[in-house]
Amino acid sequence: MSTPVFALDGVSYHYQQHAALHAVSLEVAAGSRVALLGANGSGKSTLLRLLDGLYFATAGELRAFGEVLSEAALADETRHYAFRRRVGLVFQNPDVQLFNPTVFDELAFGPLQLGWPEAQIRSAIDASLQQFGISHLQQRAPHRLSGGERKRVALASVLIMQPEVLLLDEPTAALDPASQSEVIRFLQESQGQGRTIITATHDLDSVADIADHVIVLADGQVAAQGSPADILSDHALLARTHLLHAHPHRHADGQVHSHPHQHGHRHDHGTNAGRYRRFGMGRS
Amino acid sequence: MSEQSFLAGKHRHHGNIAERMVHGLQQVMEHALDAEAISATPGLLQQLDPRIKLLSLLAVLAATLLASQLTTLLLLFVLAVVLALASQISLSRLYRQAWLSVLLFSGMLALPAIFMVPGERLLTLPLLHWHITRQGLSSAAFLLGRAEVSASFALLLMLTTPWMHVLKAMRSLGVPVLLVALLGMTHRYVFVLLQTASQMFEARRSRLLAPPSGRMARQLVASTSGVLLGKALQLSNEVHMAMVSRGYRGEVYLLHNFHTRKRDWCALLLALALPLVIVWNHA
Repeated sequence: MSTPVFALDGVSYHYQQHAALHAVSLEVAAGSRVALLGANGSGKSTLLRLLDGLYFATAGELRAFGEVLSEAALADETRHYAFRRRVGLVFQNPDVQLFNPTVFDELAFGPLQLGWPEAQIRSAIDASLQQFGISHLQQRAPHRLSGGERKRVALASVLIMQPEVLLLDEPTAALDPASQSEVIRFLQESQGQGRTIITATHDLDSVADIADHVIVLADGQVAAQGSPADILSDHALLARTHLLHAHPHRHADGQVHSHPHQHGHRHDHGTNAGRYRRFGMGRS
Repeated sequence: MSEQSFLAGKHRHHGNIAERMVHGLQQVMEHALDAEAISATPGLLQQLDPRIKLLSLLAVLAATLLASQLTTLLLLFVLAVVLALASQISLSRLYRQAWLSVLLFSGMLALPAIFMVPGERLLTLPLLHWHITRQGLSSAAFLLGRAEVSASFALLLMLTTPWMHVLKAMRSLGVPVLLVALLGMTHRYVFVLLQTASQMFEARRSRLLAPPSGRMARQLVASTSGVLLGKALQLSNEVHMAMVSRGYRGEVYLLHNFHTRKRDWCALLLALALPLVIVWNHA
C-alpha cells in the first residue's frame, strides 16, 4: 500500500484558549479527491492550514508524504521548497492571496520563489493565462477585478506551480452561479490527472461532483467519513452537523412545505423546483 | 492621472466625516497606483538601474547633510527639479507629495529656532517681544532646506522605481533579508490597513441616517481605530501566510534582472562626486 499524502494522528490545534481542532485522526490517499464538509467554525480552514504547513499541531502528529510536518522541518530551506512545490493552498478570500501589482506578477510570484528559470516561468504564465481565460487581465491590478475574476487568478496563481496536492478553501463561496460552475468543472476535469484535491466546503450540491471521499467535521472533530452517497443520504448526520435545516418554503407546485433542505444554486430547467434541494422526509 | 497628498487634494471633498475618510483613503490607494504607472514611463530616472539609483540617493543625502551653504542646498534642489522634469514627473506632484508636507512638518520644528538661537537681532515681534536672529533664521533655513532636498530625491526614487525593485536593489546591496522582508510587510500592511479602513467607513456611512455631530464624529473615528488595527493585522497575517504558502521566505525575486550600463555608471559617478566636491570646498 502506498504512503498516504497526509496522515494525522490525534492532531489538535488551539487558538489561544479555543480548541479549533481536537484529536483529529485521518488519512488522505494519493490521487484522491476529498471534501471536508462542515458548518462555519467546524475547523475546515484550520485543518487546511495545518495540511499546508502554515499552522502546526499543538498536539498529535501530522505526516506529509511520510515525513513529520513541523515548524522545525519547514525551517530547513531544502525541505521548505520541496514541500511548497508539492502542496498548494487556495485561500477562501482571494484578496489575501492577491498582493502583487498586476495579474502577471501574481502568476510569476510562486514560480519565482521556487527558483524556476525565466523562460519556464514565462511559458507557464502564458499557459495559465490561456487555461483560465484571463489573458486580457494580465496587466490589471488584482484588486480591481470582479469576484469571479479574482477567484480565477487566485486559482491560477497556485496551479501554475503544478502542485501534487491542491487544497481549496470554500472555492465556490461568494461566486456567481457561472463562476461556481467553472470552478466545479475545473475540479471535475482534474479527476484522473493524479492530483490529490482536498476541498473544504459546506455546499452539499457540489460534493458528489468534486469528491470521491467525504470527511464531515463538527466542532473541530471528525464526525463521520465515507463516500459522497453514504454521507449525503445520512440526513440525521447532516442535520446534526448544521449542514441541513428546515423552514417553510414554497415549491414550484405552489405548495408550502417544511422539510430538511439546503439552499442550492441549481435550477431545474427554468423552474424553481431545484432551488430548495430536498433531503429526507418532507412534511407538508 | 490624479495627484493627491495627505495634506492637499486637487478636488476638495465635502461631506460628513465618514464620507471624507472613505474619499481620502481611496485617494491614497489611487496615488500608489499612480506611482506604479509613473515608474513605467520612459523618463530619465526610470531607465537607470535601481541599485544605482539607491546608491546615488545615499550620495545625494550625504551631500545634503554636508552642505554648509544655503546656495549649495539651493543647487541640489534645482537638480531635483531638473531630474523630475526629465523623468516626466510634474512639479505639482512634488509640491503636493513632498514640498508642502515637509514645509508644514519641518516648518513646525524649525520655527522655534528662529527665536531661540542667540545671535544678531533682525526683528522683534510686537507684544511677545521675541527676537528673530540672523543665526536663528539661518538654522531654520538649513533645517527646512535639507528636509526639502532629501524628501524630493527620496520621492523621485519612489516614483521612478517599482517598490519590488527597490526591495530587490536593497538585497543586492547587502541589506539583511530580515529588514527587507519587514519593509515589504510594512508596505503591504499599509495597503491592507487602507483597504480595511475604507470598507469599514463605507459600511458605517451606509448606516448613518444624518451627518454626525462633531463629538459623535470624533467618537466614530476613535472607536473605529482600535477595531481597524486588529482587523488589518489579522488580514496582514493572512496575506503573509498566502505568501509563505507559495514558497516565500523573505527573499525578493523578480522576473527582470538588473543590468548596469554605461549611463548608470556615469550617473553614479556624478552622484558620488557631489559630497566629495562639498567636502573638498569645505577643506
